[in-house]
Amino acid sequence: MSDASAHALEHHEPVTSTGIPNKKVLMWAFLGSDCMFFGTLISTHLIYRKISATVGGNFLDIRDVFDIELTSFSTFILLASSLFMALAVSAIHKGNLKSTRWMLLGTIVFGAIFLACQVYEFTHFVHAPGNELTLSTYRGEPHVFGSTFYVLTGTHGTHVAIGVFWLLGWLAYSFTGKMSTAHALDVEICGLYWHFVDIVWIIIFPVVYLMEYAL
Amino acid sequence: MATESIKYLSPDTENKAKTQVFPRPGQHTTGLIDWLTTIDHKKIGLMYGLTALFFLIVGGIEALLIRSQLWDHNMTVLTNREYNQMFTMHGTTMVFLVIMPLSAAFFNFVMPLQIGARDVAFPRMNTLSLWCFIVGGLVLNLSWFFTGGSPAIGWFGYAPLTDTRFAEVIGDMGPDFWIFSLQILGVASLLASFNFITTIINMRAPGMTMMRLPVFTWMTLIVSFLIILAFPAITIALVELMFDRTYGTNFFDFLEGGKPHLWQHLFWIFGHPEVYILILPAMGIVSEVIPVFSRKPLFGYGLIVFSGAIIGFMGFAVWSHHMFTTGMGVVATSAFAMLTMLIAIPTGVKIFNWIGTMWGGRIRFDTPMLFALGFITMFMIGGFTGIMHSSVPIDAQHQDSYFVVAHFHYVLIGGALFGLYCGFYFWLPKMSGRLMNEKLGKFVFTLMFIGFNLTFFPMHYLGMIGQPRRTHTYNEGHGFEMWNQAATIGAFILGVGIVIGIYQFVNSFFNKKLKPAGKNPWDARTLEWTLSSPVKEYNFSRTPIIKARDQAWENNYGSKENHSEKEPLDDHGVHMPDRSWWPLVTALGLFGLCLGMLFHRNIDPSGELVRNYTVAIAGGAVMVFGIIMWALEGPGGYHLFPKEEEE
Ligand code: HEM
Ligand SMILES: [Cu+2]
Repeated sequence: MSDASAHALEHHEPVTSTGIPNKKVLMWAFLGSDCMFFGTLISTHLIYRKISATVGGNFLDIRDVFDIELTSFSTFILLASSLFMALAVSAIHKGNLKSTRWMLLGTIVFGAIFLACQVYEFTHFVHAPGNELTLSTYRGEPHVFGSTFYVLTGTHGTHVAIGVFWLLGWLAYSFTGKMSTAHALDVEICGLYWHFVDIVWIIIFPVVYLMEYAL
Repeated sequence: MATESIKYLSPDTENKAKTQVFPRPGQHTTGLIDWLTTIDHKKIGLMYGLTALFFLIVGGIEALLIRSQLWDHNMTVLTNREYNQMFTMHGTTMVFLVIMPLSAAFFNFVMPLQIGARDVAFPRMNTLSLWCFIVGGLVLNLSWFFTGGSPAIGWFGYAPLTDTRFAEVIGDMGPDFWIFSLQILGVASLLASFNFITTIINMRAPGMTMMRLPVFTWMTLIVSFLIILAFPAITIALVELMFDRTYGTNFFDFLEGGKPHLWQHLFWIFGHPEVYILILPAMGIVSEVIPVFSRKPLFGYGLIVFSGAIIGFMGFAVWSHHMFTTGMGVVATSAFAMLTMLIAIPTGVKIFNWIGTMWGGRIRFDTPMLFALGFITMFMIGGFTGIMHSSVPIDAQHQDSYFVVAHFHYVLIGGALFGLYCGFYFWLPKMSGRLMNEKLGKFVFTLMFIGFNLTFFPMHYLGMIGQPRRTHTYNEGHGFEMWNQAATIGAFILGVGIVIGIYQFVNSFFNKKLKPAGKNPWDARTLEWTLSSPVKEYNFSRTPIIKARDQAWENNYGSKENHSEKEPLDDHGVHMPDRSWWPLVTALGLFGLCLGMLFHRNIDPSGELVRNYTVAIAGGAVMVFGIIMWALEGPGGYHLFPKEEEE
């Protein structure tokens, strides 16, 4: 940002009625809406889980295809990434560019590991010998579990991927020499999004995975 | 706009040094480029309005074709499939491309003026909403030209009508166009709503407390919340449907374990809040107009606001009244029946508030007031029939008959459209700077009122004696003919009224012979009427400090301490954000992405399905590129130094 325009912008950083920056209100409104997106997907999954629990007359045991160790690991990784995110926000608020960079990188790497696990999981499930779970079948018979499972977790994965690209954008920007505490708000908003996506996974993991072992 | 008297700080914009692909349009941009890149909420509002009025004509022609087909028994104006396409396109167009964007036109134009703001919180995002709306309308209507023609699945798209195996035409693309256009329109509505929520919460002028907000602004806020909470349900339902149709998932496929019933739930969880999304803006407009033309403050401001909020809240708890006959079980059915009856209470409260406002007032019957009165009476009839079919056994008789058609047209035309026309006759002088011909306006109202009632009142009776809706014809001997003919005649009268109205609106922008409106032609009450007509690009030369509800009225007639003040002039002047190409580029990228997804499936000579995502990826890349450039370009801006009297 050139000096002149940075000056102009600082002068016009709008004073808001509530004191909360506009961008933050925007992000909160979006997250409220996003709750409904995931709410709809999770409800769809739960409804079908109950009413179409059989394949070829046999009770569906999805545990035959799930790999709970792997998913627990990737869950842990995703949750840990939130710590890096929080540290990145705190670093940029303090104006510590170097630490901001490392923490952004940590978040990105952990997010990417989570995504890699998901890609591995999906390919693994689709090709699981004898227990293939595809978008429309389980063990070769028509079924809805694959539909709700892939679309729900896939939507979540898409959210993570968008977050990773967004963070990559900030990481790249930090090398242009223009990044300053003036961008703390933007990084913080990115962080809000990231934490939200994590929280959604905290709901999805028990509801979609753990419940199959408990109930 | 009055640039002569304005000196500006630095010629053109301040960010020449920035990464640029095309030069950013500067301060003095005019003509086509200005309209393509504008971020001014007033111009965006006008473009929303104009596009929606165009679609009103399109949807109207579809309606007249439907009515012509039903003129007499066993007519052949349309085949059964064409008839199904007509009512699908008519319903989808009227809901998503007419009533919603007309409301958005007023949200855009009026709301920032009412709260004393210079623009919405995110001006470029506002432009993106506009272009997404236009792209969505385009995608829907492109369906006419491809395999199978337009969708024939109803505006509700019930499964399994959308199942590819049951398509009447092999490879029917209609439902795909329908899915993608609704998704894009959803993006448009969501973005606009996030923007309005932020604007109303955060950009109020000093002293403009929440309980001083004009009722129209309150309704904008409530509708925006309804949109962000209700649209996700249909967005996900459409994603699931798209997966079913494109990748063979089984969400709604009953042959493979899916449940068509689920579609109905997801659709109506969105669909019922949607009907309040359609009516609350009109209620907001009428709540502004009635006090002005009764020369009294709104009776029970708090109650009106609160009942609006309650309606919005309860609107999420009544969706299954559209599904009483699907066999949901006694408990669910009774609960939804009870809640549906309850929701009529806050609705009734509002009606009594409007009556209370008029009571003892000195009423002037100008055109806006006529439409407001038309709104109250016609909406009440629709409300009464609504309460009738909240009773489950009665609804079993009404369901899928013309009685329901009568109900929702009384609330949607007699309610929403009359309310929006009321808004045009009221606020257009502020937009165009010219008054419209009162006589012609009253003529339009008379035509619309007579035509509307002649069309839809007989449908109550037709429904009662058993004419089914969504059915392309009827046989002789049921006694349906006479009232169907009355309805068809009425529809043409209504159509003429609507078109003359549109002519009058458009004309008021071009006809220099019309009388100038001046600041406050109606002696109206809210802040926008303290500004000149048409409003200057910066809206307020100095931010007003609000002292009372109905500020314009207080300034003219109130006690001294209630007069608004103004913030001191800042020597930096008024900061105006720059125009931008990127919203348009982003929307075009989205358009390409959708076309790419629509046409990515090909059958190769050996009969194999091949998927080719090139176009989709290219479109997506353009979209992402647009977003990145948008972020890098920043809001930019220039300064204006208006003289104080130039508001
Ligand atoms: C007093 C408040 C209202 C009540 C109690 C009510 C009740 C109902 C009920 C029970 C139905 C289902 C009828 C059936 O299909 O058998 C219905 C249909 C409908 N209502 Fe209302 N309604 C009310 C207000 C409104 C408003 C304000 C609007 C829109 C502005 C609206 C638009 C519709 C539409 C579009 C349908 C038909 C949807 C379709 O099947 O395609 N209603 N209403
Ligand atoms: Cu409803």
